[in-house]
Amino acid sequence: MPIELVANVTLAGLLTGLVYGLMALGLSVIFGVVRVVNFAHGEMMTIAMYAAVVLFAAFRLDPFVALFPVAAAFFVFGYVLQAGLINPFITRPEHTQFMLVLAVAIIMVNGLLMAFGPDARNIPVDYALDSFIVGPLLLDTVRVYAALAAVAIAGGLFLFFKFTGTGRAIRACADNYLGAKVVGLNVKKYYALTFGIGSACVGAAGCLMVLLVDVTPLLGPGYTLLAFIIVIVGGLGSMPGALLGGVLIGVSEALAGLFFSPSAKSMFSFALLILVLLFRPQGLLGKRP
Amino acid sequence: MKALIAATPRRALVLTAVLAGVLLVLPAFANAYILSVAILILYFAYLGQAWNVMMGFCGQLSLGHSLYVGIGAYVSAALFVHFGIPPWLGIWAAVLACMAAGAAIGVLAFRFGIGGVYFALLTIAFAEFTRIGFDHLDWVGGSGGFFLPVTQREFNDVLALRGSPVMFYYVMLALTGAAFAFCTWLLRTRIGYYWQAIREDPDAAQALGINTFRYKMLAVVVSAGMSAFAGVFFAFYYNNLFPEQIFSMSRSIEIILGPIIGGTGTLFGPIVGAVVLTVLADGITELMAAFGWEVPGVKQVFYGICMLAVIVFLPNGIWPTLARRLGLERSNRGRGDGG
Repeated sequence: MPIELVANVTLAGLLTGLVYGLMALGLSVIFGVVRVVNFAHGEMMTIAMYAAVVLFAAFRLDPFVALFPVAAAFFVFGYVLQAGLINPFITRPEHTQFMLVLAVAIIMVNGLLMAFGPDARNIPVDYALDSFIVGPLLLDTVRVYAALAAVAIAGGLFLFFKFTGTGRAIRACADNYLGAKVVGLNVKKYYALTFGIGSACVGAAGCLMVLLVDVTPLLGPGYTLLAFIIVIVGGLGSMPGALLGGVLIGVSEALAGLFFSPSAKSMFSFALLILVLLFRPQGLLGKRP
Repeated sequence: MKALIAATPRRALVLTAVLAGVLLVLPAFANAYILSVAILILYFAYLGQAWNVMMGFCGQLSLGHSLYVGIGAYVSAALFVHFGIPPWLGIWAAVLACMAAGAAIGVLAFRFGIGGVYFALLTIAFAEFTRIGFDHLDWVGGSGGFFLPVTQREFNDVLALRGSPVMFYYVMLALTGAAFAFCTWLLRTRIGYYWQAIREDPDAAQALGINTFRYKMLAVVVSAGMSAFAGVFFAFYYNNLFPEQIFSMSRSIEIILGPIIGGTGTLFGPIVGAVVLTVLADGITELMAAFGWEVPGVKQVFYGICMLAVIVFLPNGIWPTLARRLGLERSNRGRGDGG
């Protein structure tokens, strides 16, 4: 197999992986702080993808621009979902929370199915087929831009959590629920805020992802699993970990598709998950609990 | 057994007897459609019971139970098709294979201290991994499906699991009844109490000297072995197997919806949940057809909304509330509290 081909596929996987990473970052933030298994994460991603499709069809809005209103709408949606539906369930057993979010996910997938039907949609931007040529390498323009946008958003989020008061407060809630309450933080408000931020992440990731793949309603559950795999491989609560996990999964998927068959690609992700769970359960960049 | 009967209110005994009687004579009155719905209800009640052993009794959340159903189905079907081994023999191979799979997951997870959400994800990962593996396993048809030969028969052959829907109904009824009796018994044994102790507080259970690793393993293995029977039934009732269907995550979710809606950790919960969900799903399908409103997804959206309503308004499931309303509460302990 020519080395250029392998390098090209690896690089494409890496760029896609960064968008995966942004999606997983949303999950990591929610799971790491609120400790709720957001089993509707991939479904929210597909909703964002459809939102981008609709905005493009109606206003010719480029997905890189549509990203802003979609992320804002998702922030509000996530905030309301957490404040209205999930917060009362915070102290309930894990499986009850899981079922609650799962019910939301089922409604989302099938609501999309009702609204858009099972056919695949995409966004035909006029630079869809452009590419950069770097020596022997051929890079899709959309993939490069999407990956750059994902990294920029992730960086912004990182700065937010590190350097703002609100970010610090959210990290306090994640570290110690009781302690955060004792020092007077309104934990439930910060939970809602966190769910909003995580949702905004996945909203943005959806707008980028729709440039790389065609969207169907049934993609949702697969993305949910993928996001979980990435978060666990990278390390729960570690923001660089989510990006690293995304890149690893993206590259392994791309190479598995090249060397074996595209249908076997998720098998490698699951194998990676099982290995990480067994030998480094805290994830590659996670801290030991 | 006597103590169990003595501790149960008379009303509950009478109602149970009436229910059993109705189920026994049902095929005499039901048409083919009702019978098929009844079989589906029993199938999910049985599987719910099996899943409940792991989650409801011992507190280990499995989201990959389709793995055991699929392995059970494929093992028995492959033995039958390739070697002519009849299902009443093949079923033991299927049970052993499922127990081995359960034990493998259990050892890996519990040895390395993986619990809660991580354990649940591990079960999903194994189920998905196996699904993709079977997609590429040509010996049993790969993703193109695996089919059992179907022949018209004059009589029912229970041992070969070939016959009319009525026969399958009674087979499934017997399985469900046996699973119910088995679980009732399990809950009153030392093992059952150990499991409940582990479910409520693993650390406290360990401190009391319970070998939590051994008993968690036992729960996984028992649950997996029970699920194998449902898999064998599935293979011989439907006569076709597709990895995409039988191993899929939505199958696993269908399995666990019943007991969670009915009441996790209770004995009647899985049965009530299976009735409610199956009737609801079929009722919605019929209603949609009656209105000529055949948009894909409508049924599942209703399904999701009903689920949401049960979870928000009846957080312990339907059965605990129902039992209290009907005055069927048992006077002593021995039943979980739905937690």
